[in-house]
Amino acid sequence: MHIHLSPNDGVPIYLQIVQQVKYLVASGRLTPNDELPPIRALAERLLVNPNTVGRAYRELEAAGVVVTRRGGGTHVSDAASPLARGERLDVLTKRIDALLAESRQMNFSIDEVLDLIRRRDRAMGSRPGKE
Amino acid sequence: MNGDAAEKIIEIVGLTRRFGAKRALRDVSLTVPRGSVFGLVGPNGSGKTTLIKHVLGLLRAQTGSVRVFGRDPVRDPAGVLVRVGCLTEENDLPGWMRVDELIRYMRAFYPAWSDAYAEELRQAFALDPAAKVRTLSKGQRARAGLLVALAYRPDLLVLDEPSSGLDPLVRRDILAAIIRTITEDGRTVLFSSHLLEEVERVADHVAMIHQGRIVFDAPLDEIRATHRRLTLQFAEARPRPPELAGALAWEGAGREWTAVCAGQSGGLRAAAEAVGGRIVEEQDLRLDEIFLARAGAVPVASTKE
Repeated sequence: MHIHLSPNDGVPIYLQIVQQVKYLVASGRLTPNDELPPIRALAERLLVNPNTVGRAYRELEAAGVVVTRRGGGTHVSDAASPLARGERLDVLTKRIDALLAESRQMNFSIDEVLDLIRRRDRAMGSRPGKE
Repeated sequence: MNGDAAEKIIEIVGLTRRFGAKRALRDVSLTVPRGSVFGLVGPNGSGKTTLIKHVLGLLRAQTGSVRVFGRDPVRDPAGVLVRVGCLTEENDLPGWMRVDELIRYMRAFYPAWSDAYAEELRQAFALDPAAKVRTLSKGQRARAGLLVALAYRPDLLVLDEPSSGLDPLVRRDILAAIIRTITEDGRTVLFSSHLLEEVERVADHVAMIHQGRIVFDAPLDEIRATHRRLTLQFAEARPRPPELAGALAWEGAGREWTAVCAGQSGGLRAAAEAVGGRIVEEQDLRLDEIFLARAGAVPVASTKE
């Protein structure tokens, strides 16, 4: 689990951890049942106060992203969390905003962009999984 | 013996210290609870080092009292210092000793010294046992100081500007030492620093000292929750910022003025409305921004007009 803290953006450290774990779950780099590092271990790795990591884990648990099992261990929750789709949309929306900003700057119309997206989707082949 | 959460490792009450005519500390009171990482911040010459010297028993309280583990560090230095590890900016290790001699010399003072842990640290820090302390780089000398401060797993680790002038690798080792000290149960850290992003990372409690006085002293979460940047918009352009309760520093012109404010969000909103402004933006602040506003706020209030 790779977490990168940036001290300069004014976002409290516990919140940076929360957001990045959510991102890792949303983007599929953490999958249900994956175990998060113990609080102490992550605190020593990130060089932050263990209370900060504890607070982040509690927030993630309250948000349904992780569960704390009896006998210890914090795991990515396996029930598809109600937030998961919302979080996934958030991730995607940021990417789309960046794409739109760039395409406007380069004078592509929205139809051209949509057309390009469809072509690229076809080029990648059939979609895996459901829907 | 119970009630660990409330146990006071350091308790300072009403401490005032004069050096000649200069008052270095004015009526300073603070408590460092067991298991906390207590960050002490403040501009140069604000009194941080003087405060820490009182904790280490190097200065006697002229007025007020200082207790460490419930004892007076001046009257009972052996009872206190045997449980304290310390690293100061001066880091005055005997330069003529070799690293292995330094380790053997220091272990004699501390019954709890662990040879295994000292050796583990020596290897982790890549300290050559045969090197003379004097010939070590500033970074390696700091690591040697850290080794002899940690090898007996002190109940209280005191660091005075430990990172000052050191490269990021050594600073990383120092931060790691702080974190490891508190993840091992019941141990406590007091450290002073100018590097507010480091303080923000590791401290759970922060006190700011300015011109010898405590400006704030609270859990870091509380400090962040009670300071914010507000941008106010007014119907008419105004030549100067309004009088807003809680505003520490202003910036702006015309109809838009931005203030760093102390206080609860709801109260600030009401105060803004009372001076005829509308809050158009509200932001969280980093510790360094709070620090700058606080450090600026004190003298400005007394020198203007």
